[in-house]
Amino acid sequence: MITRRKFLKSTALGVTGMALPLAAFDFIDPRKLMALEAADASKVRWVFLVDTYKCVGCGLCVKACKEENEIPYDANVTRTWVERYVLTKNGEVLADTPKGARDGFTTAKIDLGLGKYREVKQEDIEKAFFVPKLCNQCENPPCVQVCPVGATYATADGVVHIDRKWCIGCGYCIMGCPYGVRFFHPVHRTAEKCNFCYHRITKGLKPACVDACPFGARRIGNIKDPGDPVTRIIMTERVGILKEEYGTKPQVFYIGLSREVK
Amino acid sequence: MKNHVYRPLLVVIAVVVLILAVRAIYVPDDFAIGDRGYMYGWHRQGNEVDWKNVKVKYLGREYCQDCHTDRYTSIMASAHQDIECENCHGPAVDHPDVRPALAIDKSRAHCLRCHFPLPYASSGRSKIPGIDPDEHNPDIACAECHNPHDPMEGLK
Ligand code: HEC
Ligand code: HEC
Ligand code: HEC
Ligand code: HEC
Repeated sequence: MITRRKFLKSTALGVTGMALPLAAFDFIDPRKLMALEAADASKVRWVFLVDTYKCVGCGLCVKACKEENEIPYDANVTRTWVERYVLTKNGEVLADTPKGARDGFTTAKIDLGLGKYREVKQEDIEKAFFVPKLCNQCENPPCVQVCPVGATYATADGVVHIDRKWCIGCGYCIMGCPYGVRFFHPVHRTAEKCNFCYHRITKGLKPACVDACPFGARRIGNIKDPGDPVTRIIMTERVGILKEEYGTKPQVFYIGLSREVK
Repeated sequence: MKNHVYRPLLVVIAVVVLILAVRAIYVPDDFAIGDRGYMYGWHRQGNEVDWKNVKVKYLGREYCQDCHTDRYTSIMASAHQDIECENCHGPAVDHPDVRPALAIDKSRAHCLRCHFPLPYASSGRSKIPGIDPDEHNPDIACAECHNPHDPMEGLK
């Protein structure tokens, strides 16, 4: 004779058991764990180095990125962009990035948004510079953690991808990224962001923005190769990262970062 | 054994089995933990290949060298030696087979990306010679006077 108590207990147990994803049992397969270890020894870990002293704000990187990665040219979204910072002598911080600097900076007027512009006289400028931005390919990517469907993930060589077939467009990752690098692709209607031009770096080419930059402000390297010139700079020179306090461990390093840059 | 005890249990089991079955059919086979473990690597493995297969569109100026040797040699000996051809002519993918002519950006705005004077001391921009577009031969395309592949050539 089944008691009410027994019935409820076994039902709860059974349902919990069955609700466990089958994949949860993959973990105990030692061969898979071994494969994991072997893959981890892969000898590539992509990193990016930006030299803000060299950047002139021409925006040719943004143009090249949009063309190479088929981001609709006139839509106001982009995988990489350039910010201009102008700090005045009386402590104001002005920053703009009209159209993500797709057309560069061809005026001294700073775009304050809502059709307002501000021109700072040369003698009132304390310092001014350009800062290119792109996806940081974080070691601890918060955007990946929040994805409810497994559509965004990190690869062994350190690049974070979005699966366009699997993305449901919920937008959690766009909110989750502290750097604001993610956006909606107007054509595919999925989340979108920079992936260091994965199709180029895996063929031995450089990302389109790196090739487009005439001034060497953008460079890509392999942090696991101690002889790589980019690795040497990151290891031996004074480089900064963005929003270190978030613990995301970004893999885009900056030379000449200023504390006003966010 | 009374039916009314088992009936709801069967319904629950049926629902769970149905969900598992739908999941097994709907989720692609290559969904697995990748190299970064469950937290960061749970994904459809085939997608990595999808991204590797995206078409390369910017080919680099070494590609132009054999056919447009004159432009190549003149720009490499000029002040513009660091500027890639495709920055001004657009991506060369499928050129010249499918697309016999590439774009030629003759707009003044394009030259002003670098030559509008913004003397920001800690930026490389301050080292590029700037011209005031309202003063320097306004309304005439820069390429009418300057050869973009050798900008000071033939100027008086
Ligand atoms: C295989 C040879 C070949 C290569 C490589 C090549 N081109 Fe061309 N290109 C041509 C030919 C042939 C034409 C002329 C087509 C016509 O006039 O109908 C042309 C035309 C052009 C034009 C337009 C000229 C005009 O009068 O409209 C531009 C600009 C151009 N090429 C730039 C480039 C650049 C930049 C590259 C390198 C990224 C490149 N080409 C690589 C063969 C080549
Ligand atoms: C700074 C921008 C810029 C760069 C860099 C540049 N070009 Fe040009 N190119 C132009 C412009 C502008 C014209 C149109 C010139 C004219 O009308 O006289 C042009 C014209 C051409 C033409 C067609 C000439 C004609 O009159 O039909 C070819 C071919 C060409 N470029 C090839 C190249 C190649 C190859 C490179 C790289 C080695 C290159 N260009 C780099 C701006 C550029
Ligand atoms: C990507 C940035 C960039 C673009 C775009 C660009 N230039 Fe230049 N230009 C330079 C640089 C850098 C120099 C070299 C400055 C130096 O001598 O150190 C230069 C030099 C020149 C010079 C020679 C100045 C001198 O005193 O020697 C002229 C003229 C010139 N450019 C005209 C043009 C024209 C016309 C265009 C548009 C077709 C153009 N530039 C587009 C970056 C650019
Ligand atoms: C009507 C012909 C003409 C046009 C159009 C023209 N220039 Fe010039 N440019 C010259 C001449 C001539 C010189 C050299 C004498 C001088 O410095 O004024 C020159 C000089 C320059 C220099 C060198 C300045 C320096 O201090 O070394 C730059 C840079 C330049 N031009 C860029 C441009 C750009 C960018 C455009 C288009 C927005 C343009 N020019 C349009 C004729 C022209």
